[in-house]
Amino acid sequence: MRFLSRRRRSPGAKPLTLLFALFLMGAIYSVVSPAQQVAADTTKDAQIAQGKALFDVTCSSCHGLNAEGGSQGPSLIGVGAASVDFQMGTGRMPLAHPGAQAVRKPVTYTADEIAAIAAYVADLAPGPAIPDPEVYSGEGLTEEEIARGGELFRTNCSACHNFEGSGGALPGGKYAPTLKGVANRHIYSAIRIGPQQMPVFSKGALTDADVNEIIGYLNQLHAQPSQGGFDLGGIGPVSEGFWGWLVGMGSLVGVAIWLAKKGARAK
Amino acid sequence: MSGHDQIERVGVAPTPEFPIPDPGLEEHNPRWSDVDPAAGRRAYAQVVGMLAAVPILAITFVVIYFAVPRDMYVKLGPLHANAQHVGLGLTGGLGVLLIGLACIHWAKQIMGDEESIDYRHPARSSDADRAAVAAEFRKGVEQSGLSRRGLIGASLAGALGIVAVPAVVLLADMGVWPTKGKRAVTIETTIWAEGVRIVNDVDFKPIKAADMEIGQLVNGEPKSLKEFEGSLQATERAKAAIIVVRMDPQSIKIPDSRKDWQVSGILCYSKICTHVGCPISLWEQQTHHLLCPCHQSTFDLGESGIVVFGPAARSLPQLPITVDKDGYLVARQGFTVPVGPSYFERDSRHDFQKGDN
Amino acid sequence: MAKPVGIAGSSEALEAKRPGDVESSAPKPAKGNVLTWADDRLGLAAIGKSNLRKVFPDHWSFLLGEIALYSFIVLLLTGVFLTIWFKPSMAETEYHGAYQLLRGLPMSEAFASTLTLSFDIRGGLLVRQVHHWAAMLFVAAAFVHMLRIFFTGAFRKPREINWLIGVGLMSLTMIEGFAGYSLPDDLLSGTGLRFVDGLVRSIPVIGTWAEFFVFGGEFPGTLIIPRLYMVHILLVPGILLGLISAHLALVVYHKHTQYPGPGRTEHNVVGYPLFPVYMAKAGGFFFVVFGITVLMGAFMTINPVWKFGPYNPSQVTAGSQPDWYMGWVEGAIRIVPNWEWHLGATTWSWNIFLPGVGLMGLLFTGLGVWPFVEQWITGDKSEHHLLDRPRNAATRTALGVAGMTWYAMFWIAGGNDIIATKFHVSLNAVTYVMRVAVFVAPVIAYIIAKRTALSLQRSDHARVLHGSETGIIHRSPDGSYSEAHAPITTDEAFTLTQHKQLPLALEDEGLDVNGIPTGQSVSKLRSRLSHWFMGDDIAKPTPEEIEEAHHHAGHALTEGHDDGHGAVDDADELSEITSR
Repeated sequence: MRFLSRRRRSPGAKPLTLLFALFLMGAIYSVVSPAQQVAADTTKDAQIAQGKALFDVTCSSCHGLNAEGGSQGPSLIGVGAASVDFQMGTGRMPLAHPGAQAVRKPVTYTADEIAAIAAYVADLAPGPAIPDPEVYSGEGLTEEEIARGGELFRTNCSACHNFEGSGGALPGGKYAPTLKGVANRHIYSAIRIGPQQMPVFSKGALTDADVNEIIGYLNQLHAQPSQGGFDLGGIGPVSEGFWGWLVGMGSLVGVAIWLAKKGARAK
Repeated sequence: MSGHDQIERVGVAPTPEFPIPDPGLEEHNPRWSDVDPAAGRRAYAQVVGMLAAVPILAITFVVIYFAVPRDMYVKLGPLHANAQHVGLGLTGGLGVLLIGLACIHWAKQIMGDEESIDYRHPARSSDADRAAVAAEFRKGVEQSGLSRRGLIGASLAGALGIVAVPAVVLLADMGVWPTKGKRAVTIETTIWAEGVRIVNDVDFKPIKAADMEIGQLVNGEPKSLKEFEGSLQATERAKAAIIVVRMDPQSIKIPDSRKDWQVSGILCYSKICTHVGCPISLWEQQTHHLLCPCHQSTFDLGESGIVVFGPAARSLPQLPITVDKDGYLVARQGFTVPVGPSYFERDSRHDFQKGDN
Repeated sequence: MAKPVGIAGSSEALEAKRPGDVESSAPKPAKGNVLTWADDRLGLAAIGKSNLRKVFPDHWSFLLGEIALYSFIVLLLTGVFLTIWFKPSMAETEYHGAYQLLRGLPMSEAFASTLTLSFDIRGGLLVRQVHHWAAMLFVAAAFVHMLRIFFTGAFRKPREINWLIGVGLMSLTMIEGFAGYSLPDDLLSGTGLRFVDGLVRSIPVIGTWAEFFVFGGEFPGTLIIPRLYMVHILLVPGILLGLISAHLALVVYHKHTQYPGPGRTEHNVVGYPLFPVYMAKAGGFFFVVFGITVLMGAFMTINPVWKFGPYNPSQVTAGSQPDWYMGWVEGAIRIVPNWEWHLGATTWSWNIFLPGVGLMGLLFTGLGVWPFVEQWITGDKSEHHLLDRPRNAATRTALGVAGMTWYAMFWIAGGNDIIATKFHVSLNAVTYVMRVAVFVAPVIAYIIAKRTALSLQRSDHARVLHGSETGIIHRSPDGSYSEAHAPITTDEAFTLTQHKQLPLALEDEGLDVNGIPTGQSVSKLRSRLSHWFMGDDIAKPTPEEIEEAHHHAGHALTEGHDDGHGAVDDADELSEITSR
């Protein structure tokens, strides 16, 4: 203790004491925390109530007052919290205007509000829950697992979403959206719930490990710096041809014109 | 003939052919670099300057080649790319480009730029030359004896002609001959057979019917595919790939003849487009339409795979399936028609057509 | 002012009078230098005498073919580097190279070696990308070069054979390009090969046999990549080299065509000498082409095979398209209705055969026969070394524009999915529109181009007679307004009036007054075609009209033009209206 008392006036003493106090408080909190579980149920009820209120003003005009669906929108009974989280978390819902399909746009609802509506919808009937972060982290994978994720991606996803996840066309004005800049959670949810025209990929066919590998591959693919210069949109030969003509032929014809031009004359 | 024409053109009087007589070559005007010593020196300096930059770029190229690690990256504005690749390309490309620009600049600004004139001669030979060649040719024919012993020519032509036959026959082994029997075991069949389990592509996991949700798509393969190695596997994979989908039985049309080809709304189709053979899996779970990303043929999986749009002419072959005792999806039998694109000898009378039952 | 000297008819005399033939320019025979050594053995001086100062006319559009030639040289250089590393084998291997996202996957040796040369060999990816960009530019430049030849009538006698060589080169470059981008055995190239498998298979009667012979059995087998490699690096480049040499030799023999202008005649060529000016310009241009392809290779990713992954016959990607020059065939295949005959136990796939094999045959046959068809229609058997101004061959120009439009419509159709997603329209709607557009758009383009060309002819006509519009508006004392016209230079006036206008072919039984065949008969068809081809052309001004107009010019401002040139044309009407 002499060691401590000797240093009680040193410059580091106050911050260290503060840290120690914080640690102590945390430790005590963790011991008494089970008491919080009881409180959670009441907050959940409150959340569902809040969700219902939000649902009534935001969603019910299309999906019905009790989410039973109508001519404008499908029933939401049994779609689960994951669907709400996906549709609202990517800005697809609420729909700005009817069209071939809902478009991803900036999210205008807070995470709490979306969670509340999700809780309300999940409360209507059991459905896919919002996934746990560990199933979609895409991290801690070996090289082989990531390469295998690429194989799974090219087998199951690239036909619609393109080899780089740039998206592609579907019949009648519909399209498979780009996967760039989409949160891991939403990719995971979309695979499981099959939003809009997208098919469902259930755990029976693609396990959580498979999906995590796909997400890991996509994250690395999109995070890696370019190997060969600008990627020209990552949509394949059409854009390559376009840029080849524009830049290549454009600049060469430009030089040819300069080459054959007589140029300024003295008179 | 040409001389006559020329006189008309340089003559002073207008003619109907040349209502404005040819004024002759435009007067040569000197360039700035010819008359202004400063401009001339500037052009000279520019050419030498461009060429002088080339050694610097070449040395930089070599330095980048040896000094920049393969996995280093640079950020240049919106470009975040491999440093060595961009460095080598930039220095090499600029260096070569500068040589070209310098030469052109030199030719344009420093070399004499008085235009010169070449005169053309007709492409044809003169009549005298033609006559001379004809005479020489006749002499040659005479010397060869062909005129008297004409059979030599005919037999030589025949001999040369027939030599082409062995040469062509030599190519007959370029490929297996797709005779009827050969077709039956190659392009007309797949490794699907009764009881072959449907497995998920990539990980070869069998599929339980109970695991299939409505709206689900599985990219499948036959379990037996794993027994093939390398290119043999690729060949079988190119025909045997399938997609399994589950739809609400109430929302689709299942013909009576195919009632037992499906398991409570789980249907299995060939993944190989009947147009030119792209693997198709762009399935819309709500419309049940399947789109080929190559040429946009669209098939309705809710109606036995008939074509609803695009260049494909035949419906997608359906694989009859059932469940085995463990609840896994298996083939009830192989495909009933050849999968994949059309070929001449294909008997296409047995494909499903709209309205069949 | 340099006046062109009169020339004599025979070629021997021409050789003697060649202006480049300055005695002092030949190497001195006595000097014991390298040139003497070489000339002693090769007789170079004789070749140099006639060719060293050969004249080439200067125009940017004459360099389009050079872009193609230089891209080809870049392709040979970079291609040799690629062969050092590429393994044309479909044997399976496991990848363990530098690109981590594919490590551990089974793939063909061809794909693995492509990855190795891209990521483990320094500069390898650069060379690969330069090679691919140069290929894109090679075909692009060849196409534009061909269009220039077509629109200026440079294919006319004596250059028909060179045109045919060009058409052959064009079709071979497409095969060469296809074989090239199929080699890496990535997902996209494999998809392309599968398409070719379906295409070959669709040929009536012999399709299956052709397929089995090309692929050595069933698709994909193990032979197609080694075979395409042979085609790509030996067979087609060999033929290309031979044809390109012949193409260039004929250009040298015929001497280059030139645009009309003062002092330019059918019997001379005005420009700069090969040595030194054209050597510097053309040689420099080679380095420019090389430099620009290298810069493109540095900054623009092309065919990122590592993202496509190894070929797997059960995988596909959205946006599966061929390189641009195959795009029009792809487009035709996309929009063709699903025509197929099922006759007895046979299948006739017109939906693949017609747009695939048939359309390519149609284009190249049409290009090949055009010079002969045009010659037959016009009855013009003379040599042409002065180029047509496209407007003066209105129907040919309109046909060319219609052909380009037709091609472009198929081209657009080949990217219908990209258009649908980029412009937010329905894929099906794009397809339906393109089905109509390939028939309608060329007709509209033909009409617009022909009207435009004829209007330009009228404008030339008016320019020669009345001069150019100055933009200065005069008001006369009685209050009328008119625009002053400034006379154009004699050089320009000559350029606008020098073109040959051929007589229309009138239907002629070919019998003289006594009913004896003259050998000059003109069929009804030829006469009609002749009227279609040249009948709408605006007659160029006669010397009398020009005389009249110039005489008139002094008081034209106040009195307007009521001179008597036969047909009143639009431009004249317009200037009459403004001058009243």
